[in-house]
Amino acid sequence: MSTAVKTQAALISADARPASGAWAADARADAANRLAAMGLPTRRDEYWKWTRPDSLISASADSAVVLDYEGEEPLFNDVDRLKVVFVDGVFDADESDALEGEGLEIERLADAAAKDIHWAKDLYGVLEARGQSPVVRPLAVHNTAMATDGVVIRVTGAVSRPVSLIYRHEDAGSDAILHSVIRLEEGAKLTLLENGPAAARFSNVLEVDIAKGAEFHHVRAQGRDHERQAITHMFSQVDEEAVFKSFTMTVNGKLTRNECVIDIVGDNAVAHVAGAVLGDGAAGEFHHDDTVFVTHDAVACESRQVFKKVLKNGAKGVFQGKILVKPDAQKTDGYQKSQSLLLDDDASFQAKPELEIYADDVACSHGSTSGAIDEEALFYLRSRGVPTPIATDLLVLAFLADAIEEIEDEDIAAEVTERLDAWLARRRD
Amino acid sequence: MLKINNLHVKLEEEDKQILKGVDLEVPAGKVHAIMGPNGSGKSTLSYVLSGRDGYEVTAGDATLDGEELLDMEPEERAAAGLFLAFQYPVEIPGVGNMTFLRTAVNAQRKARGEEEMSAADFLKFIRAKAKDLKIDADMLKRPVNVGFSGGEKKRNEILQMAMLEPKMCILDETDSGLDVDAMKLVSEGVNALRDEGRAFLVITHYQRLLDHIKPDVVHIMAAGRIVKSGGPELALEVENNGYADILAEIDA
Ligand SMILES: Nc1ncnc2c1ncn2[C@@H]1O[C@H](COP(=O)(O)OP(=O)(O)OP(=O)(O)O)[C@@H](O)[C@H]1O
Ligand SMILES: [Mg+2]
Repeated sequence: MSTAVKTQAALISADARPASGAWAADARADAANRLAAMGLPTRRDEYWKWTRPDSLISASADSAVVLDYEGEEPLFNDVDRLKVVFVDGVFDADESDALEGEGLEIERLADAAAKDIHWAKDLYGVLEARGQSPVVRPLAVHNTAMATDGVVIRVTGAVSRPVSLIYRHEDAGSDAILHSVIRLEEGAKLTLLENGPAAARFSNVLEVDIAKGAEFHHVRAQGRDHERQAITHMFSQVDEEAVFKSFTMTVNGKLTRNECVIDIVGDNAVAHVAGAVLGDGAAGEFHHDDTVFVTHDAVACESRQVFKKVLKNGAKGVFQGKILVKPDAQKTDGYQKSQSLLLDDDASFQAKPELEIYADDVACSHGSTSGAIDEEALFYLRSRGVPTPIATDLLVLAFLADAIEEIEDEDIAAEVTERLDAWLARRRD
Repeated sequence: MLKINNLHVKLEEEDKQILKGVDLEVPAGKVHAIMGPNGSGKSTLSYVLSGRDGYEVTAGDATLDGEELLDMEPEERAAAGLFLAFQYPVEIPGVGNMTFLRTAVNAQRKARGEEEMSAADFLKFIRAKAKDLKIDADMLKRPVNVGFSGGEKKRNEILQMAMLEPKMCILDETDSGLDVDAMKLVSEGVNALRDEGRAFLVITHYQRLLDHIKPDVVHIMAAGRIVKSGGPELALEVENNGYADILAEIDA
């Protein structure tokens, strides 16, 4: 097995790691050490029971056909935003906007890492390392050791233009590893957009530190190349009265695993994470896994998880979500919902919702369901003349609606809905 | 317009015969009413005509303007001009009432080879119809029937009917749950649609509705069959004496 895996349990040598300045070299060496101690995920691991890690840890990426979008306008094209473009994981300066903006310090990770001293030192690999307990996430550690690029953002004010990370996929064999770090200072505000298939195989880590009263909005679209694979991790730390809101839409993709680790550390903070997934196994394999861990370690905070998956033709969905309420986190309001709509008997959904509560004055709820289309509703629509395929799609979008409603910006939410609708319509004709 | 001939229907899942030879003809331009005891099969008849799953037609047929209804999918029946105002309208969370209606109107137009209605025209059209039925803008934006009161749901059914302009309208207890004013509104909505080319089949338990929507013929349904037909006076008789006399007369 030694040559078959991209990172062995053995130490990744300094030579194998991307060249970096002092602080980043230290962070990467530390990650390499941690990975050597923890080992790679195996199917025996509790949180890898339903998702095979094999193709994520193999020595090279399985190639993935680059989808022809046939001139279709890319997502978020009409949004006034600061574009940062990566092609197969490589920063493209020509396609990107100038890395500057009011209330914003933004820099390529590759540039920041080349320096000997940088403020990102306090975050890069730091939130990730904290997120390794009580459950290890070796592929995030690997990412910290090996990431070649990404962005490093410090937000000091209310930034009106979203920062938009665009991940293009052009090379069928690409294996991209990106890592971005975002620090929102007190009262700052940022919207981060991410979209694109990225690479044949994509490992992405986001570390987000949200200071008192700051607001972070995140909308991500994992698009449509059928054979692409992705392992993403988001580690965020949410301080007093801060707001964290993240939404991910996923359509297509052979394998996607999105891990989201949220630490609520300041009182009266809010953290929402949501996902809407459309998977059709007819066009190729489809496996989608959301693995979420929310820790409440402060008083009177609200967390909300809303995950919805629509699956058919052998598409597989997984949800593993946990809310941990520490002893002092009184008045916690924790909510978790994971639902799948199975459009046929071949689709499957596995869910592991968990609550672990050590405080006594809390209101936590979770619910996980798997269901089929509501026949009564379908008949009602048909009796009004709506053909079955259109009626079904209306009900599919309705099912996804409360995940999409988690997007704060109405225009962006409308665009996301439009894209999902278009995806459904393409399958109707 | 609607011709039902010796219709026998049983439940698909159970060996239970519900309709046992229904014969009924509703000509264009007419309003027919069906009354009958609870459980006699009135709603079943309306569901079978509109194509709901779960029933098996064991004998007989039904045609709409000569077209065999029972071979069509529910959406085809709707496009052919059949409309059922449900006894229990269905709530559909997540689907806006307006989106629903626009999709339905345009789907039917498309099925009939007509041009789709523009967003602006549709808006004008629905606003006018909603106003007549005192349905406010908020109700149009909300998800279909979700959180609507009983009476609001029934008014919403009539709004759909007004928008879709069907030629054969079946109303299943549209009066139940309506207050006096709503009953008037709904009746006016129905009466506004009455014309030469359109027919109505009104299922009700109460004479009251028939004061507003004057029927040409009243049928009594019992145990899965039409057992008696007559003029509007039949409804008065039921109102005054119940079904006992009528049923006894038939048994005799
Ligand atoms: N899906 C079903 N499963 C079991 N029984 C059914 C089903 N559908 C109808 N029935 C039965 O068939 C009979 C006729 O029902 P139906 O709803 O048509 O009556 P109705 O005349 O509309 O009554 P009401 O005046 O109370 O609305 C009843 O005995 C009912 O219980
Ligand atoms: Mg009934």
